Amino acid sequence: MEQAQNFDKIRRLSADIRIETTKAVGAAGFGHIGGAASIADVLAVLYGGMMRIDPENPDWPDRDWMVLSKGHCGPALYATLGLAGYFPMEWLQTVNKPGTRLPSHADCRKTPGIDMTTGSLGQGISSAVGIALGNRMHGRDSWTYCIVGDGETNEGEVWEACEAANHLALDHFIVFVDWNKKQLDGRLEDICKPMDLEGKFRAFGFDAVTVKGYDVEAIWNAIEAAKAVKGKPHCIVLDTIKGLGIPLAEAQEFNHYLAFGPDEAAKSCEEIEARFQNGTYPGGDFKW
Amino acid sequence: MVKLRKEIGVSPEEMRAAYCGALVDEARRNDRIVSLDCDLSSSCGTGGFSKAFPSRTFNLGIQEQNACAMAAGLARTGFVPFLHTFAVFATRRIYDQIFQSCAYAGQNVKIIGCDSGVSAAFNGGTHMAFEDVGIMRVMPHVTIVEPSDPTMMRSVVRQLAETDGVFYLRMPRKTVYDLYEPGSEFTVGKAEVIRQGSDVTIIAVGLEVRQALEAAETLAGDGISARVVDMFTVKPIDAECIKKCAAETGAIVTCENDNIIGGLGSAVAEVLVESDPVPMERIGVQDEFGEVGPQSYLEERFGLTAPFIVEKVMRVLKRKRK
Repeated sequence: MEQAQNFDKIRRLSADIRIETTKAVGAAGFGHIGGAASIADVLAVLYGGMMRIDPENPDWPDRDWMVLSKGHCGPALYATLGLAGYFPMEWLQTVNKPGTRLPSHADCRKTPGIDMTTGSLGQGISSAVGIALGNRMHGRDSWTYCIVGDGETNEGEVWEACEAANHLALDHFIVFVDWNKKQLDGRLEDICKPMDLEGKFRAFGFDAVTVKGYDVEAIWNAIEAAKAVKGKPHCIVLDTIKGLGIPLAEAQEFNHYLAFGPDEAAKSCEEIEARFQNGTYPGGDFKW
Repeated sequence: MVKLRKEIGVSPEEMRAAYCGALVDEARRNDRIVSLDCDLSSSCGTGGFSKAFPSRTFNLGIQEQNACAMAAGLARTGFVPFLHTFAVFATRRIYDQIFQSCAYAGQNVKIIGCDSGVSAAFNGGTHMAFEDVGIMRVMPHVTIVEPSDPTMMRSVVRQLAETDGVFYLRMPRKTVYDLYEPGSEFTVGKAEVIRQGSDVTIIAVGLEVRQALEAAETLAGDGISARVVDMFTVKPIDAECIKKCAAETGAIVTCENDNIIGGLGSAVAEVLVESDPVPMERIGVQDEFGEVGPQSYLEERFGLTAPFIVEKVMRVLKRKRK
């Protein structure tokens, strides 16, 4: 029962992340909304109970760490951090505006709670490997999480990082791949076939599974299962849909980066809330 | 206190050995120092470190990009990573990783580029970094150092270990000359005037410092008084020293073991044109690719030896007299 309530809370958080991300990007007028939508649920799981964190003390060394390797989805993480209490929610209205502490790509020097600067793809997972290794050398039992984009796996550096994580047997390291099937210029299948992502990670020595990436209970359980496997790094492929749960993004086949204003954002936010209330969250009658 | 040796000769110690010895000394004092290699540990001479600190050594294999961004992650958790590979890989191959994960992210990472310029010798043009100084110089908040002898190396490595920030240290692998008396201490960012002179200033870095001293000696025989400066910190450049030398000697020749475009010569020229310019000439690679061969051949081939410096001095003095 307690667990069920917990998942209700996490689901509510994921809806709030979608709502606040949509509002923040709407206030900016444009942004990477599609890939932000597809990581809302994993962020809700991580910051809604899975991670050992203290928003009052973002640099607490013994915390769990999270590197958003697909750094262009910063706004989704900012919404999450704001909701978790790392900084005032008003900051979310400043995304991409002059002098903001919330730039389009995640920046550890500007934003409390951002564990590593990312943006140029492939580097975040490498830095996360370094963080996981550093935490182990410090003797900490912290977990290091990293969210990689499926398009990002085009980058050779991702696989270098996997080789290193395997060789170093970093078993407190969990990589999520947001397998939303689309990258900036189109479908992964049409641009650079990703092949079997789960199988690739397994071939690189990872304990790997695929789960429905918008099912917070499945994500939570996959993390718990990963934590029980010792001696190797972990990969959880999140089978997601780019833009899912944010109606204005769902309406576009290719929604990597969209321009929209506060009014459109408000309409989508109302729809998200309505879906949440009528039990059709996150996808409504969206067909996938 | 810096003291030039009376007799300058080939050092019995290879540069990589001096580097590694210095790093081991620092690592004994600071248990946060870690070493990262990319399957060039034997070439870069970091074996002494891995022997002394096996649990703080990570040879990641041939994956410089991951190694660099990993180093940034280690730094984020409080370690002080020193990343070793050839200068070509340490800069141009991992430029974006140094930029984003290290410099832009404000992480305390030290990048060590071995086989600088013509010292890549028998590895040839593919492995000959002439562009490294130029490309690193345009990256904000990166300190660039090129020690000219083993004594300076020890002093500089200590400062790398103790100073927060991204440093790029370039060095030849093997043969260097002992220029300074043991115990000489240098300050990163502060150039050393190592020979007084009044007619012209030769500002040199790395391997070129010895050539500059030899040229100054030749020039003295012709009655020309050449000042020699060891500009081992290329960035941030010691602008005050440059301005003072320009004002006092009225002519400058720069000498570097890399492309004159973007390197030391460019840095000195930038200082001069924004203050009181004096005639200036640049010794260095004239925007060419490297090639294979013994270092002595390459020094001649790219015009880096003392006779070339003498020639440039004569030319700059002619311009000065006009």
